[in-house]
Amino acid sequence: MIRFFLGKLLYLVPTFIGITMVAFGFVRVLPGDPVLLMAGERGISPERHAELSAQLGFDKPIWSQYLDFLGRLMHGDFGLSLVTKKPVITEFLTLFPATAELGLVAITIAALIGVPVGVIAAVKRGSWFDQVSMTTALIGFSMPIFWWGLLLIILFSSILQWTPVSGRISLMFFFKPVTGFMLIDSLLSGQKGAFTSALSHLILPALVLATIPLAVIARQTRSAMLEVMGEDYVRTARAKGMSSTRVIGVHALRNAMIPVITTIGLQVGTLMAGAILTETIFSWPGIGKWMIDSISRRDYPVVQSGLLLIAAMVMLVNLLVDLTYGLINPRIRHQ
Amino acid sequence: MSETAVKLSDAAIRRRMLADFWFYFSQNRGAVLGLFVFLFIVFIAVFAPLIAPHSPIEQYRDALLVPPVWQEGGKAGFLLGTDPVGRDILSRLIYGAQYSLFIGIVVVSISLVGGVLVGLLAGFFGGWVDSVIMRVMDVILAVPSLLLALVLVAILGPGLTNAMISIAIVYQPHFARLARAAVMGELRRDYVSAARVAGAGDLRLMFRTILPNCLAPLIVQATLSFSSAVLDSAALGFLNMGAQPPTPEWGTMLAEAREFILRAWWVVTFPGLAILISVLAINLMGDGLRDALDPKLKRS
Repeated sequence: MIRFFLGKLLYLVPTFIGITMVAFGFVRVLPGDPVLLMAGERGISPERHAELSAQLGFDKPIWSQYLDFLGRLMHGDFGLSLVTKKPVITEFLTLFPATAELGLVAITIAALIGVPVGVIAAVKRGSWFDQVSMTTALIGFSMPIFWWGLLLIILFSSILQWTPVSGRISLMFFFKPVTGFMLIDSLLSGQKGAFTSALSHLILPALVLATIPLAVIARQTRSAMLEVMGEDYVRTARAKGMSSTRVIGVHALRNAMIPVITTIGLQVGTLMAGAILTETIFSWPGIGKWMIDSISRRDYPVVQSGLLLIAAMVMLVNLLVDLTYGLINPRIRHQ
Repeated sequence: MSETAVKLSDAAIRRRMLADFWFYFSQNRGAVLGLFVFLFIVFIAVFAPLIAPHSPIEQYRDALLVPPVWQEGGKAGFLLGTDPVGRDILSRLIYGAQYSLFIGIVVVSISLVGGVLVGLLAGFFGGWVDSVIMRVMDVILAVPSLLLALVLVAILGPGLTNAMISIAIVYQPHFARLARAAVMGELRRDYVSAARVAGAGDLRLMFRTILPNCLAPLIVQATLSFSSAVLDSAALGFLNMGAQPPTPEWGTMLAEAREFILRAWWVVTFPGLAILISVLAINLMGDGLRDALDPKLKRS
């Protein structure tokens, strides 16, 4: 198991180095002089320009600049935002819990609904439930979620007035973040109505973000179940006279879950891409909105390091998924 | 004499395969429905100038935010209403079909050709060529697709062309991986060894001998990429990074309509519906293609 783990980890190293090259190269291939870019619209004197270039290392050869960049990363220095002048890593860590909370709630909704729906659809293959749920899943899979979010806002926020339009919690409530997760913090604060407010802010964005993963999980669960139910050991279990609940619940489901768990884990990338759109629509103060804002404000240090941090996070989660896969499926480990 | 006989049977085999394919494809009712909707969208796109009642960019200053015809205040001249600057929504949607199909075709062509090329190289030559190519593909896959496309657009500058190039780059690894896996599977087969022994060069082996036998998964992936391209380019348009106003691209239309969602539901609803219907139709087709082309699923 340790060899399996180390092997997977080693495999990631070249990919990560590649990503640092992309992030480093990204700022270099931008049209324009980076020093002028930093100076902004006020302009800069030639002497100050030379001084800044030397200070920032732009006069050195490109490979040496890249090594400096890597060195700074190793020390946890991800640069400063051009707009707020705060360290990028500080901003990332402040905003990350908002995206994590949204993503976790979304993937939980997706798994809790998607897996049972997929199992029932497979067991009752060809029934009306199968047809309706799989058609719905395909619609969900084809959904432009930025439009879906707007529709839900029209219905629930405008017509029914059940949920607020944007933000994480009503402005009436204020407390110090403990975990950064608004649902937990609002409970810890002990303020009346805070939790309900946080929940009502969270529910629509979470539903929107859950849509595509939910569809993918339901479809994947169904096909995994169908595949497993045709296997010899399931037929044997049936032939032994086991109840069909036991055959489905114990023999089929446990084996079908292996690819499904992988699918759930691999939705992290989808969630991050979806978070950019969802957070923009609902003004959710997370990483997705931060990235799109930084791109449109041309805050390149943020885009550069944000790209790096998000890619590292996605790779880490994928590594964890791989490891879980190895844990529950010994065949993979020994390949 | 014998040569013509061989040619005839070749054509017959092809006809037979096509009939076989249609048989399995038409078993899937959703796929046939998807195909018809898709053909309808193609028809609309091709004949847009004839079908559309108005110009997609003409602004009727006396008809701002007119609701659809069946709602109170609607005008017969504007079936689906008008947008905040008085443009006919139906006409914009009809012209928008051109953009969506065009985006899909361009993105799939670039990513398919590029991906298959590097995938073939990686699978065929193996060794360090394979390692280098596949590590680069891993890097692209490690970043969430929409984020990478956004960053690429930020480098190249917002606009439809750059959005298409960015999306194509992001999709390319999927084709490369498929082509590589298929080539590695085929390389060990006897017919490839036979061709090699017969003196076929590397290029001939790659493109004439092996590639035609790896097409099925690539076709399915191309369909899936087509629908994703429509979706992702609309998303870029929505984030103001894709096609720029006044282009009647569906995602861009949504971006322009966003601030009016609470006042005029129609400016938001119809463009999104157009995106959903076309993406759904292509995905339905993709499901049918997969069933018809995947021999493993055929007999089950």
